[in-house]
Amino acid sequence: MRAELRSYVGTLPLKILEDLDAELPDKVSDSKFKKIMSTVVEEYRTSLAEPGECVGLVTAESIGEPGTQMTLNTFHFAGVSEMNVTTGLPRLIEILDGRVEISTKMMEIYLKKPYSEGKDIRQIAESFKETRLKEYIKEINIDIAETEMQMLLDEKALKERNITQGAITKILVKAMKGLDVKILKDAGIRIKASGDDALGLIYKLKEKLKEVHIDGIKGITQVLPVKRGDEFVIVTAGSNMKEILKSDVVDKSRVYTNSISEIESIFGIEAAREAIIREMLKVLKDQGIALDMRHVLLISDAMTMSGRVRGVSRYGIVKEKPSVLARASFETPIRHVINASMVGETDNLNSVIENVMINQPVPVGTGLPMLVTKPDKKAKR
Amino acid sequence: MIMTEVFLNNKYVGKVTNGREFVDSLRNQRRSNKLPLSLNLYYNEDTNQAFIETCSGRVIRPLIIVKNGKALLTETHIEKLNKGELKWTDLVEQGLVEYLDTTEEESALVALRESELTPDHTHLEISPIDIFGLTSSLVPFGNYNQGVRLTQGSKNQKQAVGFYAANYFSRMDMDVNLLCYPQKPIVTTITNELTKMDAHPTGQNVVVAVMSYQGYNMQDAIVINKGSIERGFGRSTYFRPVISEELRYSGGLTDEIGIPDKDVKGYRTEHDYRFLEDDGMIYPEAVVAEGDVIIGKTSPPRFLSSLEEYNLAQTSRRESSMALKHGENGIVDQVLLTESEEGNKLVQVRLREQRVPEIGDKFTSRHGQKGVISLVVPEADIPFTSSGIKPDILFSPHGIPSRMTVSHLLELISGKVGALSGRYIDGTTFEGEKEEDLRAELLANGFRENGTETLYNGITGAMYTAKIYIGNMYYIKLKHMVANKIHSRARGPIQLLTRQPTEGRAKEGGLRLGEMEKDTFVAHGASLLLKERFDSDKTEVPICEGCGLVAIHDARKNSYFCPTCGDNVEISNIEMSYAFKLLLDEFKSLTLYPKLKLKSQIAGKTRQQAEAPQKEGVEE
Repeated sequence: MRAELRSYVGTLPLKILEDLDAELPDKVSDSKFKKIMSTVVEEYRTSLAEPGECVGLVTAESIGEPGTQMTLNTFHFAGVSEMNVTTGLPRLIEILDGRVEISTKMMEIYLKKPYSEGKDIRQIAESFKETRLKEYIKEINIDIAETEMQMLLDEKALKERNITQGAITKILVKAMKGLDVKILKDAGIRIKASGDDALGLIYKLKEKLKEVHIDGIKGITQVLPVKRGDEFVIVTAGSNMKEILKSDVVDKSRVYTNSISEIESIFGIEAAREAIIREMLKVLKDQGIALDMRHVLLISDAMTMSGRVRGVSRYGIVKEKPSVLARASFETPIRHVINASMVGETDNLNSVIENVMINQPVPVGTGLPMLVTKPDKKAKR
Repeated sequence: MIMTEVFLNNKYVGKVTNGREFVDSLRNQRRSNKLPLSLNLYYNEDTNQAFIETCSGRVIRPLIIVKNGKALLTETHIEKLNKGELKWTDLVEQGLVEYLDTTEEESALVALRESELTPDHTHLEISPIDIFGLTSSLVPFGNYNQGVRLTQGSKNQKQAVGFYAANYFSRMDMDVNLLCYPQKPIVTTITNELTKMDAHPTGQNVVVAVMSYQGYNMQDAIVINKGSIERGFGRSTYFRPVISEELRYSGGLTDEIGIPDKDVKGYRTEHDYRFLEDDGMIYPEAVVAEGDVIIGKTSPPRFLSSLEEYNLAQTSRRESSMALKHGENGIVDQVLLTESEEGNKLVQVRLREQRVPEIGDKFTSRHGQKGVISLVVPEADIPFTSSGIKPDILFSPHGIPSRMTVSHLLELISGKVGALSGRYIDGTTFEGEKEEDLRAELLANGFRENGTETLYNGITGAMYTAKIYIGNMYYIKLKHMVANKIHSRARGPIQLLTRQPTEGRAKEGGLRLGEMEKDTFVAHGASLLLKERFDSDKTEVPICEGCGLVAIHDARKNSYFCPTCGDNVEISNIEMSYAFKLLLDEFKSLTLYPKLKLKSQIAGKTRQQAEAPQKEGVEE
């Protein structure tokens, strides 16, 4: 950054200074520079929220009002070919609730150089996809007399995923502890149960067996290689950031998931805040709703300021409110009042709702400035 | 061999070998009168099940039977019908017409018109308008409209002020409107005739010009000619009963209808009883207003069992007269003295009120084009045609394009033709008179065939450059009248519990500034304005600074004391909403201790606490 701009650090945010540095021509006359800077500073100051501006409520109104229009087109599925992605109001609610289990998880996996150009893209994609035993089985037979189950593997499927019969048997031995698993000829596997209720066990096992995880990354149910510009990207349904990051072919700096809780647990709270902003803006953009980004910033800040992602609900950020009356006025009032009475909580009446309740001026806007006088002791009559 | 399951009224009764043949043979028996005509059959091919329906509550409707692409009901039958040689029941008995329910309709292919018949068809509609309901088919030229408009048009007609019953004079109906000069519509439908709607008309034929008038008929508003109102357009009478019964109570006590004695509990003023005659009833044709007593009545005291011992019954009778509530007025139309089902003396008084159209009354055509009067224009200022015709209603042209109610325009032009030729126009849906014929007739009458005319500005006399679409239409007054809805309040009654204003027109209530409305004030930072708006239940409560609870103000001695801390403590008057005081009381009843810390006790500790108390919950 050029020296003249440095003196403005503190007056203007870094981002603006960097932009100025890039935009300004190399040689500016002193007087012109001063003029530009004074305009920038003035413009910056006028776009700041004024003291006493009720930003939270304006945010709530600004999101709430278009939200009522969104309810009309609730389940709108946008997405890549066969994949359905939750968008619109349900997705917005999901984000704001800070839900850990979201309805449609998705990942975008960017790849390292040779692969991002399309090398082995199908195989890589397939290798991420989670497979279960049922996808490799042609037939299951249950022999009642012998209380055993015979499976016939699908050799074609095995070949496609490059898995051997032995590997599957190994997994099964591990998954079905205490059972007799044996390899048969012609791609068969036999499982024998023993004990009192061997037959009942076999029947129960049958369903359990089908769901045994064999290969790929758990949680990723569908994969789809897509070309974005010059680059191949793998879009997945389902998400498992932790496992994907272990892969060597993945460009770790650009992998993306729409699961905010996963981002929070792996990359930390700042990343989660960024993810909330991104995901919210994406929904709003899809719906064609023009919303000032600062509202979204405020919400994501409010949701993440405690160091964990907290939803905008009575279990989340409302619970963190300092005022008893404010908490009690939002859902389950009795519980809050009782809990407050047990610890002898004090309400300092510093916020809006409490003051509306007791009919006092609310401390925003014109209700904020106070006259502070220190009576002169000498002047006392 | 797969057998067909047979269900009688949705109960399984058995199996037959061939379901289709079974159903067909039963159907033939019904057509030849061996089975009841309300029995319906249905064979479901997919599930191979046969259903027989005989239970009550199914809607059935008649259709003409078709065989080999030809309707069984022929011209010869119709001729005989016209001559009276055949009756409807004969048609059904001869198996020409049958009734289908919704189940059997599943297996029927019904043609709308005879010309559309193919060998596949099983039935023919008697008339295409059969696909509409009763009120929908009252809309003229309905086939030119979007379906929704028909529904709306028919919904509007159900709210019409009309001539609902010829014996209205001897009835004591609740909340009834009666149109003063009802007319038959010029443009009718066949349903009008069939249902004898002409004996119960709902509206009046008026001249409508489709034009704007100084912007007053924006949105859906209509501008109305004052002269038309004076000639009786849209004038209606509103009847409302006042009923009182002499109830009997245990212990031989009864209500008493009569002028209450002055020592009765709750006695109004003598002025309020001035209309009552000696029998406690009002006389007919009395002009009454808000607060006037219609029927005087006293009731025995409450909790009479405990009072009986002291024999005070007579002195503490309660006043329970029927008086006019807030905002009500009218003329006593009829007084009826009769007996209730239990044999008690019953007085019914019918009040009458004339309703002249005014700004805010709702009118509609038969096409869902409803609107509210926004301006009543003196007749002199109404635009006029070259022949001197002045429209009764000015209808905004902006109501037409987005709603696409073509039937509205067609009715206007056919109404004009009907008025000029002196005949009724048939506007039955699908079968009405043709637009071209109507246009030709209009031209023959010496008017422009497209229904427009040159109009002149009623105020300046200048000719309008645009040709105005003008004609006759049937307009309906709807029962929503401002007189029943107008409401305002400055000061007024409050609720006992919360001291907040009451709610609703009947209770002279306020309009609530709700949670979201409150938010808008907060968002603007209009903090003090908000406080003022919420001052409706503000009170000053003396608070003890020692215990933080409500103290007592002895107004006689003008002294304050705290019931727990005595009178040697500092007590301050704190302004708060009564609802908050109530909340504190409720906390106390839950054995919670809501201690208020006053600002003086924590001086300089925090900002923003003019007199704001602090609340502390302490376990009791």
